[in-house]
Amino acid sequence: MTNYDLVIIGGGPAGLSAAKIAAEAGVKSIIIERDYHLGGQLVKQTHMFFGSEKQYAKTRGIDIAKILVNNVMDYPDSIEVMTNTTVVGLYDDMVLTLLQNESYSKIKAKSIIIATGASEKFLAFENNDLPGIYGAGAVQTLMNVHGVLPGENVVMVGSGNIGLIVSYQLMQAGVNVKAVLEASPTIGGYKVHASKLKRLGVDILTSTSIKKAIGKDKLEKIIISKLDNDWNYIEKTETEIETDVLCISVGLSPQSRLLGMIEAKMKYVPTLGGLVAVINKHHETSIKNIFVAGDVCGVEEASSAIVEGCFTGLIVSERLGHKHQNHDKLYNDFKSQLQNLRSGPFGKKTRTGLEELRRDEFVK
Amino acid sequence: MRIKDHPILEFKDQKPLHFTYNDTLVEGQFGDTIASALHNLGIRKLSHSIKDKRARGFYCAIGNCASCNMVVNGKPNVRTCVTLLEEGMSVKTQVNKGVLYD
Repeated sequence: MTNYDLVIIGGGPAGLSAAKIAAEAGVKSIIIERDYHLGGQLVKQTHMFFGSEKQYAKTRGIDIAKILVNNVMDYPDSIEVMTNTTVVGLYDDMVLTLLQNESYSKIKAKSIIIATGASEKFLAFENNDLPGIYGAGAVQTLMNVHGVLPGENVVMVGSGNIGLIVSYQLMQAGVNVKAVLEASPTIGGYKVHASKLKRLGVDILTSTSIKKAIGKDKLEKIIISKLDNDWNYIEKTETEIETDVLCISVGLSPQSRLLGMIEAKMKYVPTLGGLVAVINKHHETSIKNIFVAGDVCGVEEASSAIVEGCFTGLIVSERLGHKHQNHDKLYNDFKSQLQNLRSGPFGKKTRTGLEELRRDEFVK
Repeated sequence: MRIKDHPILEFKDQKPLHFTYNDTLVEGQFGDTIASALHNLGIRKLSHSIKDKRARGFYCAIGNCASCNMVVNGKPNVRTCVTLLEEGMSVKTQVNKGVLYD
């Protein structure tokens, strides 16, 4: 069994950032990535990011992915990378079972950072399993990574930032976006994204949602309905729309299942996206030397995942006896970056969620 | 259908890869996953629900949801959305849970 000082599970923005800071501090690590490439979900984000320059604002996600991967590749002696590898077992004694190409192996870690991200939520309605009904992120992968169009027409369910941005990207790829549906009375995402769509003539229908999908073996049309303030369908407000693709963009859930294997203390916090680990202010779970970073401990944007990754990498390095030469300066810097990212009205959900976590004596 | 013109991304022509879909010879290209190659061919039904055999396509495209599981080179439950296409692959629609050891 091979021993590692630091095992990072997930090669997305959080995991890559943690590895880089740890390598700077002199810690050797291994990144375990399930997919065949590093970069996580940044590899399909063609839009420019907000935030500040420190989180690569005004840079496209696809280019941020390249920067983060290159940063890791700059430390070939310190950072080992295993792609196409899934962590299928995690144990209290810091042993991990890996599955790669149908063969199992075990490794042992002194510390672990879980940076497994989040997965798209689903929505309950009649015939919601018809082919042609896809997660918004899935459609983004199909068109922006593989260059394949999802179909001719799309109706988007959800007007959060992902729903708005993917709708715009669909139009850029030449797909007709027939409408964006939003169950709330107001649009969920940034006004700047909504305005771009409106300028292209896309209707964003508020207090409206999908009621039913129709088709044989693939989506052909949908029935939409107006909703009242309690999100109940209003009778006789149904409309039929012909479409071959329906995108679901109703939020993300933290991929926290690995934490269940080690009986880490968990809490269900809806504003953070679902079940998250209860952590202290240094992102350590209730199991000593097991840390979390990124969407797995609360769904936010990639910018926050990058900073959380850096921060956790810094903390773990110190724990392992390799205090980063700029530790104190970086510590304060990362903390204030996170605070900035979570300020303003759109950070309210995260702030509320973290307050709920804090009630359990720990502080993120 | 593949994207030809895009304001941000450039999709170059890639080497074609030949594979069989339910025993019919079809074509994808280098860089495709099995699911993206099939979708480009207009094939959306990839799998079936186990009990009612309802048609299933992909849902997440990043290996989370198991909605795109197919039989690849005789092996069932292959997540086709995260498995890169290879020359000569045999890809079949899965209609049951799959058998662990045949």
